[in-house]
Amino acid sequence: MSDLLDLVNSAEDEPPKRPRRQKTPRRGVASRIVGVFGELLITAGVLVLLFLGWQFSLNGIMLSNHQSSDASSLSQSWATGSGSSTPPSTAAASAPPTTTASFPFGEPPVLATPSAAQEFAVVYVPRFGSDFKKLNNGGAGHYPSTQMPGQVGNFAIAAHRDGWGSPFLKINELQVGDPIYVETQDGWYTYTFRGLEYVTPYGVGVIDPVPQVPGATPTDRLITLTSCNPLYIASERIIAYGVLTGWQPRSAGAPAEIAGIVGA
Amino acid sequence: MYAALWRILPGPVWARILILLVLLAAVLFVLAFWVFPWIDYLTAPVQDVTVDR
Repeated sequence: MSDLLDLVNSAEDEPPKRPRRQKTPRRGVASRIVGVFGELLITAGVLVLLFLGWQFSLNGIMLSNHQSSDASSLSQSWATGSGSSTPPSTAAASAPPTTTASFPFGEPPVLATPSAAQEFAVVYVPRFGSDFKKLNNGGAGHYPSTQMPGQVGNFAIAAHRDGWGSPFLKINELQVGDPIYVETQDGWYTYTFRGLEYVTPYGVGVIDPVPQVPGATPTDRLITLTSCNPLYIASERIIAYGVLTGWQPRSAGAPAEIAGIVGA
Repeated sequence: MYAALWRILPGPVWARILILLVLLAAVLFVLAFWVFPWIDYLTAPVQDVTVDR
C-alpha cells in the first residue's frame, strides 16, 4: 500500500517527461495526403453504415408515424366536412352485382377517379396491428388503371414492407376472413381477406378486374394488395386478395372494430 | 484531418471532447433530417412493390 502511495507521490512531484510534439517525426507531404485520403474513406464507410441504419430504423419509424397521422387528419377532415377537394361520388354502379354480400345501406358509392397523387382513402387492417391505418398515397399507392373502392372490379393498391414505414410488413400474416377496411369521404368499405398469391414482378394479371383472367367481365368487388417478396430481396411479389362484404355510410359511423382509431 | 481538428480545438481535453460531441450531434442531426432523406428520395426503388410489365 505504501509503495503505491510513494509511486503516486513521486509521479506528482516529477515534471511530466513526455514531450507532446517532438515524439512524432514530421511527416512528408505524400504521407499526409495518404493519411487524409484514408480518413476520408473511413468517414465515407461510416456514413454509408449510418445511412443504412437510418433507413431501416429511424426513417421507418418517422415515415410510419407520419403516414398514420396524415391518415388521421384526412379522416378528421371528412368527419367535419372540411375535405372538399375530392370530387363528388357518382351514384352506385349500374351493373347488377352478383356477389353474395348484402348491403343494408344500399349499393356502395364509387368515388370519381382522383387526380394523380391525391389522397382519397385510408386503409385499416387490424391484423397488421390494432392501430394500423395507412393513407392511400402517403403509405400505399393505388394503381391508377384499377377500380375505386366499392366499384365492381378490382381496387388494387401497393405498399412497401421492407422500409419506408413498412405499411404491408405483415401482409403474409393475413388470415382468411380478416377484415380490410377502406375509408373514403363517403364512409367505410369492408373487404374480407380471401387468400395470398405469389407472382413475378411482371405478374400484372393480379390487378385485372378479374385477377388473372384478362378481358373477363367483373362481377365482384375485389381489393388487391401488392408488396415485395421475399423481404429485402423483392425478386417476387406477394399478393393479397379480398372481396367487398360490407359498406356503411359516414352517417352510420365507423365499423366497431376500428371505431376507436378512426381520426385518432 | 481529424488530428488537425483536434489541434485546432481550444481548451483542455475535456472541453475538446465536449465540443466534439456537440459537433457530432449536430452532424448526425443534419444527416438524419436533411441529407439522408434527400439521398433516399433520389434512390428509392419505388417500383419494388408493384407489378408492371
